[in-house]
This record gives sequence, structure tokens and C-alpha cells, in this order.
Amino acid sequence: MSVTRSGPAITADSRTVAPVPGRAARVMTRPPVVAAGQGLSAPAAIIRHAVLLITGVLILVPFVWMVSLSLKPPGEIFRASFSFFPQQWYAVQNYTRALTEAPLPQYMLNGFVVCAVILIVQILVCAPAAYALAKLEFKGRHLLFGLVLIGLLIPHQVLALPLFILGYQFGILNTYAALVFPFVVSPFGIFLFRQFFKAIPDDIVHAARLDGLSELAIVWRIMVPMALPAVIAFSIFSVVSHWNDLFWPLIAVRDENLMPPSLGIMAFKNEEAGNDYGPLMAASTLIVLPLAVAFIAAQRWFIEGLTTGAIK
Amino acid sequence: MSSIVFDEIEKSYGATAVLKKVSLSIADGEFMTLLGPSGCGKSTLLRILAGLELQNAGTVSIGELPVDGIRPKGRDVAMVFQSYALYPHMTVGSNMGLPLRMRRLNAWQRLPVVGRLLPGTHATTRDIAAEVAKTAEALGIGHLLDRKPGQLSGGQRQRVAVGRAMVRHPAVFLMDEPLSNLDAKLRVQMRGEIKELHQRLGVTFVYVTHDQAEAMTLSDRVAVMLDGELLQVAPPQRIYADPDDRRVAEFIGSPKINMLEGIVQEHGRVAVAGATLNSAIGCTAGTAVSVGIRPEALHLDPHAGIESFTGSVRLVEHLGSDLFVHLDLAGQDTRLIARLLAERAPHISIGQTLHLASDPERILFFDANGHRIRRDHETRAASVAQLRELA
Repeated sequence: MSVTRSGPAITADSRTVAPVPGRAARVMTRPPVVAAGQGLSAPAAIIRHAVLLITGVLILVPFVWMVSLSLKPPGEIFRASFSFFPQQWYAVQNYTRALTEAPLPQYMLNGFVVCAVILIVQILVCAPAAYALAKLEFKGRHLLFGLVLIGLLIPHQVLALPLFILGYQFGILNTYAALVFPFVVSPFGIFLFRQFFKAIPDDIVHAARLDGLSELAIVWRIMVPMALPAVIAFSIFSVVSHWNDLFWPLIAVRDENLMPPSLGIMAFKNEEAGNDYGPLMAASTLIVLPLAVAFIAAQRWFIEGLTTGAIK
Repeated sequence: MSSIVFDEIEKSYGATAVLKKVSLSIADGEFMTLLGPSGCGKSTLLRILAGLELQNAGTVSIGELPVDGIRPKGRDVAMVFQSYALYPHMTVGSNMGLPLRMRRLNAWQRLPVVGRLLPGTHATTRDIAAEVAKTAEALGIGHLLDRKPGQLSGGQRQRVAVGRAMVRHPAVFLMDEPLSNLDAKLRVQMRGEIKELHQRLGVTFVYVTHDQAEAMTLSDRVAVMLDGELLQVAPPQRIYADPDDRRVAEFIGSPKINMLEGIVQEHGRVAVAGATLNSAIGCTAGTAVSVGIRPEALHLDPHAGIESFTGSVRLVEHLGSDLFVHLDLAGQDTRLIARLLAERAPHISIGQTLHLASDPERILFFDANGHRIRRDHETRAASVAQLRELA
């Protein structure tokens, strides 16, 4: 009896697991959209799609414009009529200038190093903290979590001055460390991980303790792998915000060799380009590109739940 | 040796007392079941034994050593959880191998890449894999080692959970309602397998359930718990036939025991629901007592006698070999359920008047506080049985 029962369950599972991940994600994302349309009457569906379309266009237009400008010669950029494709292709010149006239690869390397270090340290700090807040019983737990929530509410800009002074006292201004240290503890990361860890049943933690795992081993071997969707969502959030961050790098570093991409672009605009928007837009496109690629690659993790099967 | 002693365990969450001075000793190799309705504290007691929760007062000993200050992993106990608590991101093989890896490999050897290069890691890992495979074969899940828990059926996950507990040969097996997530058929099958497992391993089992069928079929002894108190600890047949407490009698048995309110009269007779029973209990006349009669203790009485109950049939349930007859007692608002053998009671129709009588020896009396009132010879028999259990 048990064999016949288990049969369909296994085939059903293997059907969803077997295909290439990327394709699976695409297959899985499509049906809900169709279903949403089907469930509504025709006018409602049209209105809904119109709203979605307009919002999508509003978000995409600046991006499309940037790519379009990066392909055009200076003469076409300020022309009154708009066309996506240029009459005269100027992409090679623009992108060559973007890559040669400013140390764009250096900026991107800086951005990569800073973002990677920030992300690694943030996860190293946030996961154990979130585990303690989610699963351990101790006095003052609620107070501490309240402080995390308050931390979530304080805008980064408010802290800029104290952090600048702190960096000065440590003598780390104008170094990579200056770019990293304000972001070591992320209240958002702690909050997000805590919410995910809380959803993991206590029995799993108990089983792990009986299996001989220490509390830290539970964090790294059980909780973090089980909360992988949260880790990836947080990683995207963290990398995007620090890759694009202009405010703090502007305060913390002056050396061009340490500048992350967005600050570098600003410097590039001031010193080199002037009103020459073609290369500027080319540089911007190049800087956005890694993010777009990374985001599309990681997208499937949002969809794929990892906790299936822990609990019947 | 892995006997277990709970000594006056107390536990409360805030103002709610979950365990009230619970004392219980479990012999080495015994299959002890903690039975009770949900919220009675049985799972809490098990978690205290495992070290997953700390008691507010009292001592727990395993193998005559107090383990109060010892962490779960140091107690040599393994547990199977109701939800199975498998690690969803690991394969069945890694799930089962994890307790062994944590014990036999040191922290460096467990590191993802570096660990593999260290001396000894390879040999130990191979041994662990072999042991996991052996245990998995014994449980019939040898072909599933590379699967993830999400790809398994309920019964298979249950076996993996048992395998993860078995693989490290613990001194004590703890099971917290391990069968309640399975369908009825699989539950009966797994019940048999757990019983076999206990006989094969010969180690102490502590099993928590709210299902009396599991408790009755599996256990050497059953501890019935209610509201944080142990009501009775005895072998299953004694829990059923010779309960100490009204609540035990009512909790065990399906359909539920018939409880009738009666008054003691002269010469130890008890007037109850229109009948007068010859009870032989030594209570003074006028005392209110509760009379418990199991459905199967009742039989058809062709003539209305002084000790028989008379009423009209309200409902008849056929179960093949038996039938349940629900009787509305004449002049009472209580209902009596009798379990009769089908061939002895061939034609009972609804509305018919029936007389039911019980073997006097099988009638249970309880006082106003719910304590059992035993006849003299029953008291003697109970103490002899208890002595035999202790020996």
C-alpha cells in the first residue's frame, strides 16, 4: 500500500524538480499571470493590464533612454524628436571613451570588492543575531528586537556625521574599510532573517541539538540553508543598494582609486565629460549591467521554496 | 544501563503549571508510553528528558546519573518528532549521517572543502556512509538515500526520522507522537514496526501519544497523564480493566465507559438508574458513588432482574463481529452503550425494550473525588500485581 501511495507523490515531485532550473522558473512564473487574467471579467482585465503596463513603462523609460543615449552621437542627443535607435551609430565611440577616459574598470572592481565584503560581513553578523532573536529564550529579547526595529527606521543619512567622526577617530577614512564599516550590522538583514527563522519549526532546532550540533552549527548548517530564499533576497537588496550608493562614498573617500561606480561616474561627469552625455550614458549602462545580470540569474530563487518537505 | 527516573518534576509557563510534581521511573529496556489528551504535559515531560526544555524543579536521571545540567547531545538519547523534523535541504543519507558526523568528526574535519583533505576524514566518512546504508536497508529505505525529504511520502519520511535516531545506537529512544501524521492503514503498519524495533534493539523507549490504541498495543507500561499529573502507571491491561481513577477509566476505552451516578444503600447495595447492584463495597449508606461499566461488560438479560438495566433501544451500530447498542434508560436521562456479540443479539430493533445486566466483578465504583473504591479482594489483587511489576 505504501508503495502505491508514494508513487504519484514522487513522480509529481520529480516533474517539478527535473527540468533545467531557469526553464522551470519561467514555466512556473507564467501560469499565475494567465490565471489572474482569466479570473476577471474582460474590462477588469484590460484595466488591470493597462495599469500594470503604464507602471512598467514609467519605470523602464529612463533606463531605455539611457541605453538609447549611449548609442547616439552628441548631435542626436538633444534633438527634439525621439527615436530609440540612432540614425548614426556611435556606440563604439561612446563605450570606448567610457572605458578609457575614466578608470571605469577600477570603479567597478572597487564596487565589487566593497559590495562583496559588506555582504559577507552582514550575513556573518545578521544570521546568528537573527537566530538568537528568533529561537533562543533570554531576558531582554523583545527589547533587543525593538531596538533592531528602531534601527530599521533610522535613515542612513542621519548617522552620516557621527559615522564620519567615528571613521576619523579610527583613522580609516579614505580606505576600503571606511566604505564597509557603517554597513556591517544591517537591521534590515536581522529583521528579514529573524522572520524567516521564526517560520522554521522549533522541532528542527531541537532535532539538530539532539544530533549534536552547537548553536552556531545550527545557524550555518540548518537555518541559513533553509532560509536560502531570504539570504538571496537580502543579498540582492544589499548589493544593489551598496553598488548604487552615492551618499556615503562621497563622504568617506576622496581617492579616485577607491571610488565605487556611482561616485566614479559623478567624478567622470565633472572632470571629463562635461555635456558629453553619450559616454556618460555608456558608462552608466556598463555599471547597471552586472546588477541586471545578477538579478535575472538570482530571480528563480525567489520562486523556488526550499522549506518544502521539512514538515508534512 | 539506561533506566530513567523523574523525581518530582515541576514545570510551568508563566502562571500555568504544566507539570505538577511528576515522579516516574522507567526500567532499562522498558517500553513506556505517556498517554493523555493534548495539553496534558506529556510532550513537555519528554522534552525535559531530552534536555530540550528545563524543568523548574525536580531531577531527571538516566542510567542512575542525574542529567539536569547536561545538554541534549550529551544525554545519549535520540528522538523522533511528530513532524519528523528532517532537514529539508539535505539528502536522506546526510540527514541520517549528520548525528554520526557531529560525533565522530572534529570541527576541522567537518569543514566543507578543507575537511576532506585532513587525515582520517575519508575513512570516517566512509564508515559513516556504510552504517547509514546498513540502517537504511534495515528500514527498507536503502534506495532513497540520495533523495531529499520533500520527494518522499509520509511513511518514508517517518522511516528516515526513525533511521536518524537509530543510526547512532542511543541508550534511550524518545518518540513524540511519531505516527499521528500517517494515514490509518500506515499507522497500524508502522506501529507493528516500532514494536519490532523495540524488541530487536532492546533499549528503553519512551513514547508519547494521545492514541490509546497505540499505547495499548505497544507498551510494557502506560503512564496516563492529565492536567500535568500522572494518574496511573500500569501495564495496558490493568489500565483498562483496573483503573485507579475515574478520569483514567473515561479516557481509555472506545466507546467510552458508561458512567452512572448511584447511591449506596444498606448491606453494600448500590441503587443506580433503576437497578440495585450487589456491590460489596464498604461504604456507608447514603454515599454518592459513580458506577462505571464498560460497554462489553454488559450482556442481554432475558428477564428484568433486580440487577439489570431496562431501557428502549435508541441506536444500533453494526461493526461486523460486534454491535453497539445505545439504550435510553427508562425514567433516566442517561444513555447506556453496550457492546454485544453479533451472533448473540441477532434481532434488535430500534424502540425495542431491552434488559442489560453486567457481571458484578466487572463493575467499577468511584467516589465523589473520582478515586476508585475497590472491594477488599480487588485491593489485595491490585497490590499483588504492583509487587509483581516492581520485582
